[in-house]
Amino acid sequence: MAYPPAAHPSPPRQPSVKVILAAADVSRVVDRIAHQILEKTQGAADTVLLGIPTRGVPLAKRLAARISTFEDVTVPVGVLDITLYRDDLRRHATRAVGPTDLPSDGIDGKRVILVDDVLFSGRTVRAALDALSDVGRPASVQLAVLVDRGHRQLPIRADYVGKNIPTALAESVKVTLAETDGADEVKLYGGASA
Amino acid sequence: MIRHLLSGADLDAATATQILDTAAEMATVAGREVKKLPALRGRTVVNLFYEDSTRTRISFEAAAKRLSADVINFSAKGSSVAKGESLKDTALTLQAMGADAVVVRHPASGAPHRLANWVDGSVVNAGDGTHEHPTQALLDAYTMRSRLGRIAGLHVAVVGDVLHSRVARSNVLLLSTLGAKVTLVGPPTLIPVDIPQALAPGTDVSYDLDTVLPGVDVVMMLRVQRERMNDSYFPSAREYARRYGLDGPRMRRLPEHAIVMHPGPMNRGMEITPEVADSPRSTIVEQVANGVSVRMAVLYLLLGGNNR
Amino acid sequence: MTAYLIKNVSVVGAAPTDLLIRDGVVAETGGGLTAPDATVLDATGLVALPGLVDLHTHLREPGREDAETVESGSRAAALGGYTAVCAMANTSPVADTAGVVEQVWRLGREAGLVDVQPIGAVTVGLAGERLAELGAMADSAARVRIFSDDGHCVADPMLMRRALEYVKAFDGVIAQHAEEPRLTEGAQMHEGEVSTRLGLTGWPAVAEEAIIARDVLLAEHVGSRLHICHVSTAGSVAVLRHAKARGVKVTAEVTPHHLLLTDEVVSGRSELASPALANNWSPAGPYDPVFKVNPPLRTASDVAALRAALAEGVIDIIATDHAPHALEDKECEWAYARPGMLGLETALSIALDVLGPQWDLIAERMSRAPARIAGLDGHGVDPAPGVPANLTLVDPAARRVVEPAELASRSRNTPYARMTLPGRIVATFLRGELTVLDGKAVK
Repeated sequence: MAYPPAAHPSPPRQPSVKVILAAADVSRVVDRIAHQILEKTQGAADTVLLGIPTRGVPLAKRLAARISTFEDVTVPVGVLDITLYRDDLRRHATRAVGPTDLPSDGIDGKRVILVDDVLFSGRTVRAALDALSDVGRPASVQLAVLVDRGHRQLPIRADYVGKNIPTALAESVKVTLAETDGADEVKLYGGASA
Repeated sequence: MIRHLLSGADLDAATATQILDTAAEMATVAGREVKKLPALRGRTVVNLFYEDSTRTRISFEAAAKRLSADVINFSAKGSSVAKGESLKDTALTLQAMGADAVVVRHPASGAPHRLANWVDGSVVNAGDGTHEHPTQALLDAYTMRSRLGRIAGLHVAVVGDVLHSRVARSNVLLLSTLGAKVTLVGPPTLIPVDIPQALAPGTDVSYDLDTVLPGVDVVMMLRVQRERMNDSYFPSAREYARRYGLDGPRMRRLPEHAIVMHPGPMNRGMEITPEVADSPRSTIVEQVANGVSVRMAVLYLLLGGNNR
Repeated sequence: MTAYLIKNVSVVGAAPTDLLIRDGVVAETGGGLTAPDATVLDATGLVALPGLVDLHTHLREPGREDAETVESGSRAAALGGYTAVCAMANTSPVADTAGVVEQVWRLGREAGLVDVQPIGAVTVGLAGERLAELGAMADSAARVRIFSDDGHCVADPMLMRRALEYVKAFDGVIAQHAEEPRLTEGAQMHEGEVSTRLGLTGWPAVAEEAIIARDVLLAEHVGSRLHICHVSTAGSVAVLRHAKARGVKVTAEVTPHHLLLTDEVVSGRSELASPALANNWSPAGPYDPVFKVNPPLRTASDVAALRAALAEGVIDIIATDHAPHALEDKECEWAYARPGMLGLETALSIALDVLGPQWDLIAERMSRAPARIAGLDGHGVDPAPGVPANLTLVDPAARRVVEPAELASRSRNTPYARMTLPGRIVATFLRGELTVLDGKAVK
């Protein structure tokens, strides 16, 4: 990115990084969401967790594991790849398509909880809802996210939110997980702290 | 990212593997209630067919429609093409219609390359003369991978009229890119002697089918036109079938796991007997189904993003 | 008639001198000439060659005036340094009667840019079935001496034998397009690695070599003159070398394109016999029909053999096979395109690349020998006092980029588009009259 030349000398901008959730916090937040799901779904009956790649998938698996630990119920977990349903395909080079992997009993008539790491514009969830309607007919659909950073562009809200993080548009939120990135952490990059 | 698919040589191993992987995901759509994906909504795919090939055209049409593209079929019969309009003028017409991709089947080798000079959209070679048919090679590779689990290290015999076969050319190129070993088998009149140098250095040539069969994982039978005997490529259909046709006894010389492929349409009794074509080793019906998935993957790869 | 005084010109590579041209002939040569009435041309650094003679030109008139006319082809020839061209017979109607050859001859005279010497067809309608009236064409105003079915081979051995014998009566010569028709049915390009890769039907070298071998034996048997058009393979060179050693009266030509381009250009690769010319040049893409020609472009080893044979004299001359084609006959699928390339305006540059500044050899291969074969009086003679002033001035130091749109031909099918070529024709004189000056046609 080329910046316009500074009119007068100014201290170099340091991109600010702020840790929002450390590893222990991530673990606590996942536990809390698992409890909330059990609470709101009468013990996770007829419920299916579908992770949205990339980081929604390990999150869905962790939630299922925690639910199983807390209440001894097995919640089926699947993967819902939304690549072919994105509304920004033409803005990028062709994106690789990932596998969609639904639980063997399917999703028809079930309560599907979509799981993703960050809720931002809502466009990913919109794509996921479209993808979902092409692969089956759930009784209801809910949404669980680790972080909600606001700035919705569509009328979409999450049913389970690990942490609300008020952000500026110029900032970015980055979630890393042990399964995909080696460590659990949520960081906030950029912003006005020049 | 490639812009056109004109030849098997356009694909490196990574891109070819990406197409096969994507095709595997596309295949799951065939089993769903809603056999449709929105990825190419608003895109226009033109099927420009200068030769009758209902099966290939339908396969591309199904692939494009499953990806929600608009499909225009432009066939040589009953159109301005039949009235002698040049390929270039046709290309300019398609360009004006906003074709994002042109799938072209043409009796002249290289016609898709020429077309690619005259349209902004992607050109997919659906078979040009005696040159290539790259999506056929991709679906063949896909079929081998799903039956045998891999492509690298496989030994594939391609049997028949290699000289006039676009399927053979594309298969030799793609299979060698993906690490398989190819042996071309047929009468010397139908196998160009310089094919290893021309296409892939590791390719072997044999004139004796029986010695090749026990060592292969895949035997791919090519369609052999009976009319070739009029040009003295072989003396008679009967002699051809006896020396190079795949019948039951020959099939039993294959290793237990080996599969039999044919790009279709078959000349039963010429290059393949009904016993072989209908045996469990035969992948001929699967190849047709896999064709749609592979062509979906190709269209998505070419049109699914902003690849300009 | 204007007199011209050419100052400081190197005549066929010799030390600079002056040439005075007056009344259609070279009047005087020597250092420090003066002629107050003459227009002075400063030719410092230029080389004078006897006007080039092309034994193999397609002028397309009558029949395809959209592709070329006698006049436009003559202008292209003059710009290429030519003062005489032999017009091939495959026009529409075919030049197989005295009437048609006289028409072409007259059109050439009217254009007045080069001497247009018609070639007569060997067989009626080029059909290869019965002899055309060769004697009538020889006796006509066009004085036809070369007969050729070029574009088609005189494949019937009996007919070929009769033709060779018959033209002895008027010192004629049969120019054979050597192509065994059964071996080249549907052929699209040289049979080899590239044709296998591109899936194009092959044109095997043996189809040319077999006919040349047969025809040199026939020519030997009947004691006739034979000329072989556009030799393209190393095997043909071997056959010709053998025949010449036996004393067969055979001459042979090679085209500029067969001396430079290889079959790999059909696949879009810039593989030329000359690395210098391949620099910064590449074909527009594979299957570009601008490279479709008959006989086809051959392999690098064929090109090397042709270059050596030309230097050695096994191949006697360079002939262009200038073959203009309308745009729609080239902007199409390879298989549907017509074969042939432009050549007149670029031939000398290719010869310079092949032979280097061996001016005597260039004069021999491009002017004297073709004039002898064609029996053209007044052409192919080095500039000297008293000889007809048919000559051309070459700037060997110049370089030019070939731009198809700038060519004088009505067609654009040059294979050298955007190639940087050595040498430039500065001026051409036909019987003492300027046809080209400063690289531009005078009329």
